[in-house]
Amino acid sequence: MARSPLSVSRFRTGFFIWWIIWGALHALLITSYGYPAEASVADSLVTNGLLMASCWIISNILRYYLPYGNQYWYVLFLSLIFSLVSNSLSKFILNLILTDPDYTGYLIFLANAYWIRLGIAFLMAMCMTVLCVLWYTQEEEQENRQRKNDAEKLSRDAELYKLRQQLQPHFLFNSLNSISALIGSNPVQARSMIHQLSDFLRATLRKEEDQWVNMEEELQSLELYLEIEKVRFGHRLSTSIIKDPEGMRMMIPPMLLQPVVENAIKFGLYDTTEEVTIHIEVKKENDILKIVVTNPFDPQTASPRRGTGFGLNSVKRRLYLLFARTDLVDTATDGRIFTTTINIPRHENPDH
Amino acid sequence: MKTLIIDDEPLARSIIKEYLQFHPELELIGECNDGFEGFKAIQQLQPGLIFLDIQMPKINGFEMLELIEDPPAVIFTTAFDEYAIKAFESHAVDYLLKPFSKERFDKAIAKWQQSGKRSIEKEQLGNLLGASSSPAEQQRVVVKMAGKIRIIPVDDILYLEAADDYVKIHTREGAFLKNKTMSYFESVLDGSQFVRTHRSFMVNVVEITRIDPYEKENHLALLKSGAQIPVSKTGYAKLKSVLGL
Repeated sequence: MARSPLSVSRFRTGFFIWWIIWGALHALLITSYGYPAEASVADSLVTNGLLMASCWIISNILRYYLPYGNQYWYVLFLSLIFSLVSNSLSKFILNLILTDPDYTGYLIFLANAYWIRLGIAFLMAMCMTVLCVLWYTQEEEQENRQRKNDAEKLSRDAELYKLRQQLQPHFLFNSLNSISALIGSNPVQARSMIHQLSDFLRATLRKEEDQWVNMEEELQSLELYLEIEKVRFGHRLSTSIIKDPEGMRMMIPPMLLQPVVENAIKFGLYDTTEEVTIHIEVKKENDILKIVVTNPFDPQTASPRRGTGFGLNSVKRRLYLLFARTDLVDTATDGRIFTTTINIPRHENPDH
Repeated sequence: MKTLIIDDEPLARSIIKEYLQFHPELELIGECNDGFEGFKAIQQLQPGLIFLDIQMPKINGFEMLELIEDPPAVIFTTAFDEYAIKAFESHAVDYLLKPFSKERFDKAIAKWQQSGKRSIEKEQLGNLLGASSSPAEQQRVVVKMAGKIRIIPVDDILYLEAADDYVKIHTREGAFLKNKTMSYFESVLDGSQFVRTHRSFMVNVVEITRIDPYEKENHLALLKSGAQIPVSKTGYAKLKSVLGL
């Protein structure tokens, strides 16, 4: 339910000040015509008190029944009813109060001025009605916008969560199989691999989307992953990592690089039969965190010519959801080397 | 009985070796790193049983088997893979899901021995390959030429031509034979790219430069390479709908 404009203290104060000024003007005007001051004060209090009450009621009615589209008649009708009622009621009350014969002249003046007073009351009520309609319409729009934003944020969070969760079950089962083999031949290494795998899994599970991590931490879980893969693939896989200390201090969404490195491994190891070196370079360039991952591939058989290829779409989508930019992932092929470059703008506000 | 292990992970091979020690009737004659090595070793050493991983460099386990004229008995070993598991269950080939226990391994051996040490049938293999390949693997065709293995990305195929029991795959670098039927390729290849224009021809629509009328109700499609492909009446209708004419 929308708030009434009179529930906002700023507007409520304005409302009362307006009525005090207006009431004072009313009393002053009538006194200036030579009528008794008591009569004009009583008139001002009764008339404007009733009118103010009417406006208060109007603002509450509109809170529940807001006219839609072109229902101008509703606005007119509401203002007319309230001005008629308040005007007649004030005339009736004043006739009851001002019984002293001194005030007879004033009562005649009051009766003569009935239509003018009705006109003024109508204008006041009308003003109030129009202001309230504007206010509530705007309130409602804001509420809708808020709701839409909330819904979008929810679905975006869900999507980001899903994108992050796509851990390869293949990797997990093959790692367990390696551990199973090591238990027989090399229990010490088996144990250390269990620890690496646990640390890696914990790192992937723990991180919340909006808790950005520094590159140092991201690289640690990547290295865990790579160490496990090295145990699996033996001498076929080696890695070289170049880190620039400035880049290592920059922030990155958690697990963003995981699919990039998984791809590098997948295409490096499954697309060639030779020994494979995966290079990772982290650097800072123009206040942008730049991560370059390269892997060998076979241009004869791999399908990078098919669009983006190499399954980097989830990374692209995630960066788009975070930055509304599509130019942060770049891929290039040079002979038998495939290069993926990820650019991450500086992260100013982690809550955003 | 001679056996062979084909798996790209050294530790995955070592656990099979360890379990095999308890089966002296099975003699381990070799270990292979990938499908290419496996292909060579099977032809040279003629094992009676192989342990075959599916996800391997270059060509997968199914593709490798497909290249072998007379494949041996196979026990597949694989980590979780939704494509493969469905295929195994519907075709009753034995498989071991990594990591597997010694008991499960022994059971697979016993099952194979009870079945009369049956080797895998070519037909069964075709079904497995069709049902288990991931979309990425359907982007290529593996062929064998003069004892060497070639991987042809489907985009490189100009057209396919039926030739007795084979299908001739025409590419810019020449033609390759594959022991398959036209309807197999029709079911595997992307229908918006490859159209069966004729009983014996299937064409990559990207390659077509012109379609001319030819005798009565037939047409001829002219390809960029200069080849002319017959188009039957029904083939012409299919071609028109794919090209949006």
